[in-house]
Amino acid sequence: MKLFEYEAKEIARQYALPVPTGLLASTPQEAKEAFQKINQPCVIKAQVLVAGRGKAGGIKSASTALEAFEAAKSIFSMTIRGERVTRVLVEQKLVSKHERYVSIVVDRPSRGYTILSSTAGGVDIEQTAEEHPERIIRHRIDPLMGLQEFEARIVAKKLGYSGKQMNQLTSIILKLCQIMDDYDAELIESNPLIETEDDELVAADLRILVDDNSLYRHPMFLERMKILEPDMTPLEAKARERGLAYIELDGYIGIIGNGAGLVMATLDMILDYNGTPANFCDVGGGASEERIASALEIVLSNPRVKVLLINIMGGITRCDDVARAILDVQKKTGISKPMVIRLVGTNEEEGRRILADAHIPSLNTMEDAAAKAVEIASKVK
Amino acid sequence: MAILVGEKTRAIVQAITGSQGSYHSQLMLQYGTKIVAGVTPGREGTSVHGIPVFDTVEEAASRFQANASIIFVPAPHAKDAALEAITANLNPVVVITEGLPVKDEIQIMEVARLKGTTVIGPNTPGIITPGECKLGIMPSHIFKPGKVGLVSRSGTLTYEIAAGLTNAGLGQSTCLGIGGDPVVGLSFVSVLEMFRSDPETESVAMIGEIGGNAEEMAAEYIKSSHYPKPVAAYVAGRVAPPGKRMGHAGAIIMGRSGTADTKIEALRNAGVRVAMKPGEIAKLLK
Repeated sequence: MKLFEYEAKEIARQYALPVPTGLLASTPQEAKEAFQKINQPCVIKAQVLVAGRGKAGGIKSASTALEAFEAAKSIFSMTIRGERVTRVLVEQKLVSKHERYVSIVVDRPSRGYTILSSTAGGVDIEQTAEEHPERIIRHRIDPLMGLQEFEARIVAKKLGYSGKQMNQLTSIILKLCQIMDDYDAELIESNPLIETEDDELVAADLRILVDDNSLYRHPMFLERMKILEPDMTPLEAKARERGLAYIELDGYIGIIGNGAGLVMATLDMILDYNGTPANFCDVGGGASEERIASALEIVLSNPRVKVLLINIMGGITRCDDVARAILDVQKKTGISKPMVIRLVGTNEEEGRRILADAHIPSLNTMEDAAAKAVEIASKVK
Repeated sequence: MAILVGEKTRAIVQAITGSQGSYHSQLMLQYGTKIVAGVTPGREGTSVHGIPVFDTVEEAASRFQANASIIFVPAPHAKDAALEAITANLNPVVVITEGLPVKDEIQIMEVARLKGTTVIGPNTPGIITPGECKLGIMPSHIFKPGKVGLVSRSGTLTYEIAAGLTNAGLGQSTCLGIGGDPVVGLSFVSVLEMFRSDPETESVAMIGEIGGNAEEMAAEYIKSSHYPKPVAAYVAGRVAPPGKRMGHAGAIIMGRSGTADTKIEALRNAGVRVAMKPGEIAKLLK
């Protein structure tokens, strides 16, 4: 789960991690009042979860209260990459001498948290990482020992700092690591971490990504997730509530399958047969009738879906159970869209017979099912 | 024995009294797996399918000379269960559980590394050496003893491809899922190394997906080590949009890295035969 910048910065303040003075606003009037409280030149920043808000015009400067009002007004009218702006952060504008980069990430190959840091912070950090990997200082955190102060100091030193600033950066790195640990973050990133004219280091931007699998340890985020789902479509949010892995795509063939890899492979195959999938939907292993019913309801609610393709590789899931679930849902809700069903594995003969009796054809291979779904879709207006 | 599990494997089941643990213990026993004891704290003295239940792994393992564990313990307690198995010197430890926090996974893997324990998973269907031992939840009838080693990040897609191999007359030495999470115990490279030195394995099927760089590292290893056995691969997720988790916690494209296309290209450059459909894997290995 991504946190908004203002949420990340609230957490930072609790840890005395230096961030700019800032206030959240939900209307241009509130933005104006926030400016008056801060009482110095500000930046007005759209609070969205998608990346690239700066390039989309979601960050504006203001040197008077009226400018703050106008800037906020213009930002509130924006939709940035599909996400409507409902709040802005009004923040003291700091003049930066240098832009640095510090993050802690989960490094898959080394199976541990790793600090990434660079003196070349700013918007081009990804490019720097690709073209000049030597400019990124990496430090793996020992999972059992945890990050020690001397290690943070080594990183600060490698970035070229000494004296008071080295100590300040050491403290910032330690605090980032502490937040990472306390909040089960899978990413915490300050880009840029700026060096001000007064040689102070301040986290001008801060991103925190909380591990979804850890949310049971953080009840306040579970609550927050119910209220705010800005980077999800309404159907995605509904699916998430019901524990289904569902992602909306922009095609017209609805897909349901059991198992993430199998569903991804089904989407790929639709593309190979010149169709486009409308969604990814994984009902998981041993899917109950209830789960299959939920999946059908959600996938079919998408008005773009012309054909539904169900791909079940029955292992622990029994094909006869799946067939009965499909018929039940059909009876209860009256599915009117054409369906293509591929059903193999445990009790497949029985499953096929149940479907055949209801005049629903089922197919043997993924290839045949994908080809059939694309063919039917081409005939539906 | 092909790799990791075989006739000499004597396993305990952690959370054997739960619905999943109990159900799959029965299926594993039916397959001929030597399940020697079970563990559920607080349930010592009871039994499940005739298998005695203990409070701690240490007691269960020492009384029945167990040498492996399979874990069905729910995510909030799975780290404790895995560390208990590792501490009791069981090896391998198969973690079926899905949804472990990544922080817990990192700690498990670090302790396993220091102890020299192989962890399979988490979020895996497990491992099967057909005809000898199954420590997992996969449907056993689709597997047949043979010479193809199969390693995968996924569950049902593995069944799809294993069934395809079996139908084409290609049996398997060992099939295992390394798990769908970002942090798992085994990499493709480490499994490829095991298959390389296993006389029972003549060729390898590798099933990857988007996210991370395990496939790219496997490609690099195959190339630089002049891997002596034929490898065929399939990579799922060519359609996946960036930034979205495709069902598995680890199946996510971050920025420009972890796409199916870069993985496929890396594997091709390493001389791996890449299938564009799961059904083609058997043809490529025939």
